[in-house]
Amino acid sequence: MYLFPRQLGITITLSHEQEPLGTAGPLGLAREILEKDAEPFFVLNSDVICSYPFKKMLELHHSHGKEGTIVVTKVEEPSKYGVVVYNPTSGQIDRFVEKPKIFVSNKINAGIYIFSPTVLKRIQVKFMSLEKEVFPFMAQDGQLFAFDLEGFWMDIGQPKDFLRGMALYLSHVRQTSPERLAEGDSFVGNVLVDPSAKIGQGCRIGPSVVIGPNVIIEDGVCLSSSTVLRGARICSHAWVQSSIIGWQSVVGKWVRMESVSVLGEDVIIQDELYVNGARILPHKNITVSSPDPQIIM
Amino acid sequence: MDLLKRQSSVFQLNGKLKAVILIGGPHVGTRFRPLSLELPQPLFPIAGSPWLQHHIEAIVKHPDVREILLIGFYNQSQQMSRFVDDMQRKYGIPIRYLQEYAPLGTAGGIYHFRDQILRGNPRAFFVFNSDVCCDFPVWEMAQFHSNVTGGNGYVILGTEANEQQALSYGCIVEEPSTHKVLHYVEKPETFVSNIINAGGYIFSPDIFQHLTRAFTANYENELIHDAARDSIDLHSSVLTPLAGNGDGGKLYVYKMNSGFWTQVKNAGHAIYANRLYLSLFKERHPEYLATNTPGGHEIYGAVRIHPSAQIDSSAVLGPNVYVGAGVVIGAGARVREAIVLDRAVIQEHSCVLHSIVGWDCVLGAWSRIEGYPSDLNPNDPVAKITSESLFNLDGRLNPSITILGQGVSVHSELIVLNTVVLPHKELTSSYKNQIIL
Repeated sequence: MYLFPRQLGITITLSHEQEPLGTAGPLGLAREILEKDAEPFFVLNSDVICSYPFKKMLELHHSHGKEGTIVVTKVEEPSKYGVVVYNPTSGQIDRFVEKPKIFVSNKINAGIYIFSPTVLKRIQVKFMSLEKEVFPFMAQDGQLFAFDLEGFWMDIGQPKDFLRGMALYLSHVRQTSPERLAEGDSFVGNVLVDPSAKIGQGCRIGPSVVIGPNVIIEDGVCLSSSTVLRGARICSHAWVQSSIIGWQSVVGKWVRMESVSVLGEDVIIQDELYVNGARILPHKNITVSSPDPQIIM
Repeated sequence: MDLLKRQSSVFQLNGKLKAVILIGGPHVGTRFRPLSLELPQPLFPIAGSPWLQHHIEAIVKHPDVREILLIGFYNQSQQMSRFVDDMQRKYGIPIRYLQEYAPLGTAGGIYHFRDQILRGNPRAFFVFNSDVCCDFPVWEMAQFHSNVTGGNGYVILGTEANEQQALSYGCIVEEPSTHKVLHYVEKPETFVSNIINAGGYIFSPDIFQHLTRAFTANYENELIHDAARDSIDLHSSVLTPLAGNGDGGKLYVYKMNSGFWTQVKNAGHAIYANRLYLSLFKERHPEYLATNTPGGHEIYGAVRIHPSAQIDSSAVLGPNVYVGAGVVIGAGARVREAIVLDRAVIQEHSCVLHSIVGWDCVLGAWSRIEGYPSDLNPNDPVAKITSESLFNLDGRLNPSITILGQGVSVHSELIVLNTVVLPHKELTSSYKNQIIL
């Protein structure tokens, strides 16, 4: 927590809810910091990923001069989410519809907002929902506008969506700062490798792989569509696809892992096993194959 | 003992012995498909030797055996004649394949070829079923025949099973002091005995009286269809009636007191038999088994590798693996509890577990070929491998060895789990719990 602010030249303050305050209450709790000046503030949900076009968002917010801007994004299945109905020319939001049964719009709330501090008048320090108790009233008052997000967006709350979001993010890196991605005979597609990680001979890494700090990938490993977290080790000749390997975990030799398998912290998969869609809780030592999807506690 | 020595010992006082191996025919080997589609089941390589060779090797342990007769319904073929020639040359004993003109059952062939069996006046002859895996105790059986039956009885080789599993076999009730068979019944519904028929016999020549009687009774029974008239079943026509004939009874049982025994009814059992015969090689033929050499591929347990196979030094093999002629195994491959047949190619980083890889198969890089072992209950020393049906009550394929027929190719990075693949298929996606036609 102390490294980042110094690296980035910012201050980070933690506001800790003693009891759950929903999606609006926590803003009331942090009122003092947010009302320090009249400048608008961003509100972000952490289980979301996109390109975060903060500059453009701010420009739009200033141009309409009202209380709030919601980032909206187009999705294939809007009925899974809350749909936003807004005027396409002015950008003014008319109303919200939760999980509509018939097609209303394909734009949904992307979970990223800009508010002017005046919005805090609508919020008390108790369990309150922005979506249900604040936004509808702001829309009625004509104070809420939409920012149409370009590029990728993903709700990464589920492991399967996390991996998709990871792939989308890596494509974004390829377009904006390709020098960050790994190059070489062992790499295919978009791969991000921490400088402290070690990769052996004869591997095939990628497409869509992120390798964290101090990770060891031994010889002959085939890895794709996966994230490997700090300190984990993938032993020789293993084949891993669409998986999340937790911190300090060990994937044994010749292991085959696929179908959104997720390993918690410090999980050991013994040599030669087959792990198919298993969700394994931390500190487990797995000695038999798990060929059908299951949760291992 | 070489050919010359055996022929000259015709002048010894000890009488001669012969051995008959019943090798069946294509109509009984169907559960061994797809492997038996290319090759008669008795010639399938187990632990790197044709299955029948293991029986022949067990039989020639007794120096009095003068001739081995193979009786079956397989058509004469190049494979068969070449095999017979090889065996004659290797073991220095006359071996002949006698083809039945029709499927004659478990005793019909013996009856039909009785002249061949009795030619040269053997004092007794062995009969063995080929579909078992066992190091037949021929010496002990012959001793027992001489000493206990006075040299003119009939002996069944028995082995112990647990009460539950005995119901799947021929059950033998033994009179403990004389070792006579009091009762014999095939696959009873209720418990009769835990001594089961191990598929081996030694008969005095006058067994043919009983066989003739059975044959004649068959022939005169107008209810039996023409084609089936010549077929005689050993159990019902000979063993069951002979059992329990009071003091005059000549049917005895010799119980094996050591060594492995298993039936081999399907290809999955072949992997189990592979393990048993490989372990036998440790004492019998240690020169067959591979050893770890510095800088070479790693070996665990019993592994037999044909000299023409090429194995990368970073591959890891065993335990319980046979690698056939001309096989190529690539860098970082892992093979365990498996039979890899001639000319197969296993590319780098692949993993082959509890499987049979057929002749000429090609497994792509990082592929995984995996089956489920039919392991026995380790707490039961007499547990036997069961012969389950292919499918369980839910209609799903029972967990079993994975088998790739001849010429199957598996693309890289796929998994083939608990699946039987018929010959010449090209697999471009993963398969689990299926039969691929």
